[in-house]
Amino acid sequence: MNPTSHFAHSERGPLDKHEIAALVARDIPRGAYVNLGIGRPTLVADHLPADSGVVLHTENGMLNMGPAAKDGEIDPDLINAGKIPVTELPGAAYFHHADSFAMMRGGHLDVCVLGAFQVSAEGDLANWHTGAPDAIPAVGGAMDLAVGAKKVFVMMTLFTKTGAPKLVPRCTYPLTGLACVDRVYTDVAVFDITPRGVSVSRTFGITHEELAEQLQVPLLFART
Amino acid sequence: MTTQLCADADEAVAGIEDGSTVLVGGFGMAGMPVDLIDALIRQGARDLTVVSNNAGNGDTGLAALLAKGRVRKVICSFPRQADSWVFDGLYRAGRIELEVVPQGNLAERMRAAGAGIGAFYCPTGVGTPLAEGKETREIDGRTYVLEYPIKGDVALIGAQRADRMGNLVYRKTARNFGPVMATAATTVIAQVRDIVETGMIDPETVVTPSIYVDRVVREVPAA
Repeated sequence: MNPTSHFAHSERGPLDKHEIAALVARDIPRGAYVNLGIGRPTLVADHLPADSGVVLHTENGMLNMGPAAKDGEIDPDLINAGKIPVTELPGAAYFHHADSFAMMRGGHLDVCVLGAFQVSAEGDLANWHTGAPDAIPAVGGAMDLAVGAKKVFVMMTLFTKTGAPKLVPRCTYPLTGLACVDRVYTDVAVFDITPRGVSVSRTFGITHEELAEQLQVPLLFART
Repeated sequence: MTTQLCADADEAVAGIEDGSTVLVGGFGMAGMPVDLIDALIRQGARDLTVVSNNAGNGDTGLAALLAKGRVRKVICSFPRQADSWVFDGLYRAGRIELEVVPQGNLAERMRAAGAGIGAFYCPTGVGTPLAEGKETREIDGRTYVLEYPIKGDVALIGAQRADRMGNLVYRKTARNFGPVMATAATTVIAQVRDIVETGMIDPETVVTPSIYVDRVVREVPAA
């Protein structure tokens, strides 16, 4: 319970991407080893408290990655998985790609935060390929992260630009991983994927009834 | 075999044959052995299979090799990037084959090749299009996919420093695939920024021991 959360009441919302990132950051345990996926998930780093002790992993071979490099700090040998120049923090460590993915696949990473095209009610994830015939497939480390981290958090808008829900009974896009997602943070609600079903823990600017109406997924509502 | 110190990149890539599988280090431009790739373009080997994380950036390095039509197939995890127009054009024109491999599998398949492992069961990709047609097995209640090694005829890698024996150290995230590729190819060619006398690298800090390294060349400093 966190009764002081200023995000927790349904009058507020929908959230913008920075507010979603702040929400994710609040749920990352102190001292956790965390991988933030390319794109919006990287925003989570901006919202981690300075004393969180969270250690960021980047799959191109580094632990305790620091913030993006400023102009004078850019070092072509020091980049993140999105190939953006970054910095190192005291206690950083470098390792090669096989070690980097072994620590991921081996269950040593506490949390990863990924973007998604779709998440299914069973926690299947689709985030690497739209399936469009002319799209060039590119998977990067998404599949490895999906099966490897102890907790997989997804960060996305709940609806596409055309209004189609992204939390779906079954993914129609090619899958990244089966039953791998634990929690989904969206602009209007937070969902936990549980063995009992999809549980809504928080909503932002939408009623439970409206949410249930707009999704084809049966929802469980936690006491709020 | 003693590591050969080469006078220039052209000497370093001499003898690479048509049809070779070439492992190319680097993640984006970090650790990318640009001098060796440029020399490979001059050397002229064709019908190559290139194994690398990406499929070239901009118009230089790997992208330039692709643009010359020397590459038959690319095995990589992430071909599509903002500046991968050379690969994109060849792919859409049907002029290059692509095998997309999850990044961790790419690394582990090369690690397996270098470690003498025949194949391995891996949980990555189960139930996805990238595991279609592959053998699976349930172990302790979890499903795994059988993955085979990727072995190179040649590896082209970038490192920070070599000693004259061929021991290598890397720098920051430019390490990436270098140490794995160094184990996984018949002929391993390293481009380094600095070559020091044997004994000048602290043995405790050697990342790639000399046994893996066949040829070393000092890179041409950027103008």
